[in-house]
Amino acid sequence: MLAYTIRRVLWIVPVLWVIATITFFMMHAVPGGPFTRDKERPPALEAAVQREYGLDQPIYEQYARYIGDLVRGDLGISFHTRQPVMDTIIDRAFTSAQIALLTLVVAVVVGMVLGVLSALNHNGAGDYAGVFLATAGASVPHFIVAMFLVIVFSVNLGWFDQVGWGGPATPGDIFNFSAYEPKKMVMPVVALSALPAAYIARVTRASMLEVLNQDYIRTARAKGLRETRIVLRHTLKNAMIPVLTVVGPIAALLASGSFIIESMFNIGGIGREAILAAQRRDYGLIMGTALFYALIVSVANLVVDLLYAVVDPRIRYR
Amino acid sequence: MATSTDTTMQPLYLERDGMTRDHRGLWSDAWRRLVRNRLAMVGLIVLVVAGGIAFLAPYVDSIERYTPSAISGDNQLGPSSGHWFGTDQLGRDIWARTLEGVRVSIQIGVGTQVVVLALGLSFGVLAAFGGRFTDNIVMRFTDIMFSFPDLLWFILLRAILIERDIPLMTDIVVMILAIGLISWTTIARLVRGQMLSLAERDFVLAARALGASRWRIVVQHMVPNTLGPVIVAITFGIPAAIFAEASLSFIGLGVPPPTASLGNLISEGYKTIQRNVWNAVFPAGAVALLMLSFTFLGDGLRDALDPRTR
Repeated sequence: MLAYTIRRVLWIVPVLWVIATITFFMMHAVPGGPFTRDKERPPALEAAVQREYGLDQPIYEQYARYIGDLVRGDLGISFHTRQPVMDTIIDRAFTSAQIALLTLVVAVVVGMVLGVLSALNHNGAGDYAGVFLATAGASVPHFIVAMFLVIVFSVNLGWFDQVGWGGPATPGDIFNFSAYEPKKMVMPVVALSALPAAYIARVTRASMLEVLNQDYIRTARAKGLRETRIVLRHTLKNAMIPVLTVVGPIAALLASGSFIIESMFNIGGIGREAILAAQRRDYGLIMGTALFYALIVSVANLVVDLLYAVVDPRIRYR
Repeated sequence: MATSTDTTMQPLYLERDGMTRDHRGLWSDAWRRLVRNRLAMVGLIVLVVAGGIAFLAPYVDSIERYTPSAISGDNQLGPSSGHWFGTDQLGRDIWARTLEGVRVSIQIGVGTQVVVLALGLSFGVLAAFGGRFTDNIVMRFTDIMFSFPDLLWFILLRAILIERDIPLMTDIVVMILAIGLISWTTIARLVRGQMLSLAERDFVLAARALGASRWRIVVQHMVPNTLGPVIVAITFGIPAAIFAEASLSFIGLGVPPPTASLGNLISEGYKTIQRNVWNAVFPAGAVALLMLSFTFLGDGLRDALDPRTR
């Protein structure tokens, strides 16, 4: 297990290197550069700007220097704001992490409750309604959900705000509850959690049904255990394993799932930053966000794989 | 003498018992199960009808009613008998534009899956049969592509390919490539896994014992058994590609205007949502309907093709 973990952690390094390489060359293959403007600049100024950022050098030299800096943990500076990329990413990731965490909690709670209720009411009207809702929720894009939320709750009812994020701006404010503005937090989180909640509900239902048909559940019933105890103690625990398999990828997906939602609600998170960077050809920040995303996905997948072994002792990694 | 040899060489027919059941293959059996699935049929019918209307529209005036890009003075109208879905800020008819968007979305959804199928099958088969070294290389590459931030890939590849005068490289083909060239990883893993597990199964062993050639075993026995899960994955891939196009167009990095892709329409509608809600509602509804129909169909196909997983 330990050897497996170490091997998986070391494997992240070549993954990041290949992704950095692909991103680097793709980014440079895009016509125009970070300083291409509609207005022509004097050639001397243009050359000075290119030299300042090392863009006048051959591409493989720029690449070698980038990778060299990367190995030393230096992500370079943003070509747009001139701030260190690392600082920008940490700052933006703090906001995105709040959104992802809240979304995950909402999705898991709502999804599991719906899934369990659906399974306990198997083939009843509530079950069918639940299945339909879950399928619909899993196939309607989150930005469309967000749009309908905006139409109903912001434009028509005026309950929630649609610009910005209401969470704390710095880690120091986490316990300062006056820093929170719930009116700004509801719609992005609801929109983002609709799909994972629906998905978790489907998986929970299916896996609950399977476990409820097992012999040991019948045995538990025959022993005369109370139904709540059977559900909570005997069924839910075993039904959790397939659910865990989807929670992992969902957690990883939330990093990218929030790209559009962050842009829509004008939230200064890592997703919106990545899109802006790509639009502005901000080379430093494009690389930074790509690597950050790849790291999150790799770590999330690793954690999920290790969690399987914890939950299900039959799984052994070599 | 000769006649008796002939009879012994005849294939052995198994006697049917009293419960005669017409011979049904894998596919006709699956089809019957699919037809019995109501939600899947609703999805299929919606797709056939919506697709039919959308693709006929440019040729039949009574369906399209207005040219999608024709500008008129009647801007920001709500739905009426004249303009069924209303008009946008330039007075263009939303019904005609939504139909164009549905055409674009279906083209991108299906086209992407053609790319995905070609790449996924090739890489999957290569990994399964190419020997241990090839398998390692291909699967590690697949792992890496899987952790690539897909939205960034779409944006970069689209920016590389678009606005270049490459023959056949229309805006829609650019979107198909941008989305398809990263989305094949799931199919590749699926095909490899299926192939490896099928290779150990008894019926493959039986075929080998009967002297079937390697090629015949792969084509006749293994590929048909892989096809089920692949078809299901492709069916779920179409709504995913439609979603990707809509998201990209929504942030202004998809199909360039004036092409009325559904994402472009939603994006334009969202900008004027305070004045006229309908501009965004109809295209958004169309995206939701398309994706929902494909998902229902995919669910039905999964149940029909693999009756064990209910």
